Amino acid sequence: MFTHPLPWYVAGPLIGLMVPALLLLGNKPFGVSSNFRHLCAALAPCGIEFFGHDWKRLGSWNLTFLSGIFVGAAIAWNLAPPPVLTLSSHTVTALHQLGLHDLTGLAPREVFAWTSLLTLKGFASMVIGGFLVGFGTAYAGGCTSGHAITGLADFQPASLLAVCGFFAGGLAGTYLVLPLLLR
Amino acid sequence: MLLPYFLLGGAFGIVIVEAEVVSWFRIQEMFRFDAFHMYGIIGAAVITAAISLLTIKRLGIRGRDGTPLGLAPRTLGAGVRYVAGGAMFGLGWALTGACPGPLVALVGAGAPVMLVAILSALVGTWTYGRVRPRLPH
Repeated sequence: MFTHPLPWYVAGPLIGLMVPALLLLGNKPFGVSSNFRHLCAALAPCGIEFFGHDWKRLGSWNLTFLSGIFVGAAIAWNLAPPPVLTLSSHTVTALHQLGLHDLTGLAPREVFAWTSLLTLKGFASMVIGGFLVGFGTAYAGGCTSGHAITGLADFQPASLLAVCGFFAGGLAGTYLVLPLLLR
Repeated sequence: MLLPYFLLGGAFGIVIVEAEVVSWFRIQEMFRFDAFHMYGIIGAAVITAAISLLTIKRLGIRGRDGTPLGLAPRTLGAGVRYVAGGAMFGLGWALTGACPGPLVALVGAGAPVMLVAILSALVGTWTYGRVRPRLPH
C-alpha cells in the first residue's frame, strides 16, 4: 500500500493538521497529556485543587480523541503493521553496545515485557519512565503535541522553553541513564 | 457531538503507527541525532500548524459561540515549570520511548505492557497535583 515508515513529509503535515482541525471543530487545543489530568479528576480527585475542574465539560472531547488514538493504532497495527524497522547504522551500533540485540518490534523486547517489569531496566523504563511522563507533562503543562507542535506553531515562548527542557531530559536519559540501566 | 473527535484521534493513531513515531527505536535515533525522520515529522507538523493558525487568524474565523478561534496564550512566569517539568518529561520520553499519544497507541499496537507506563503516568500526574502548591512555577 505504501512504504514504511510513512515518510516524514506526509506524516508531519497530517499531524500538524490536527491543530486547525480541532480548532475548527470546537475551538479545542491539540494536546494529549491533558487527558492524564482529566482521568485523575475522574478517578481520584481526592479534593486536590488541580483535579477540581469540570473534567466532563472540559475533557470529554479530548478523552474521546484519546480513545480514537487507541482504536486507530490498533487498526493500523492489524491491517498494515510496520515491518522490521530500518534503523540508522549508528543507532544500531550504539544499541548493540548497550547490550540490546533484538531490534525488532516497536520497543526492545528485552526491556518492555511483562516478565521484565521487576528487573531494574524494565521497572525504570516502564514504571519510573511512565511516572516522569505523567509528572513532567502536568508540571510543564503539555507534552509533544501541546508544546512542541501546538505551542511552537503559535510562537509561544513558554513552549520553546518546554521543548528545550524535553531535549535536555531526553539527552540525559539517552546518554547518562540508559547506559547505566542497560549495560 | 463527540464522533468527529474520535475520528480525528483515529487518524492521528494510524499516522503515528505507520510513521513509526510510536517506536522506541525511532525515539532513540532522534535523541542520538542519527536520523532526520522524527525532526522532519515534528518540523513539518509545526510549519503546517503555524500556517494554519496564521490563516485562521487572518481570516478571522469564529466559532459557533462567536469567539475567534485560537489558542490561549501560555503564561511564562518564571519559566521554572517549563524547564523543570519539560526535563522530567524528556527523561521519561527517553526511558519509555514514547510520549503520551504513542503510549496509548502502543497499547493498541501490540505492546499491551505499556498499560503499566500509562498507569504510572496517571500516578505521576496525580502526584504533581498533590505537591503542586509546594513547587516553584
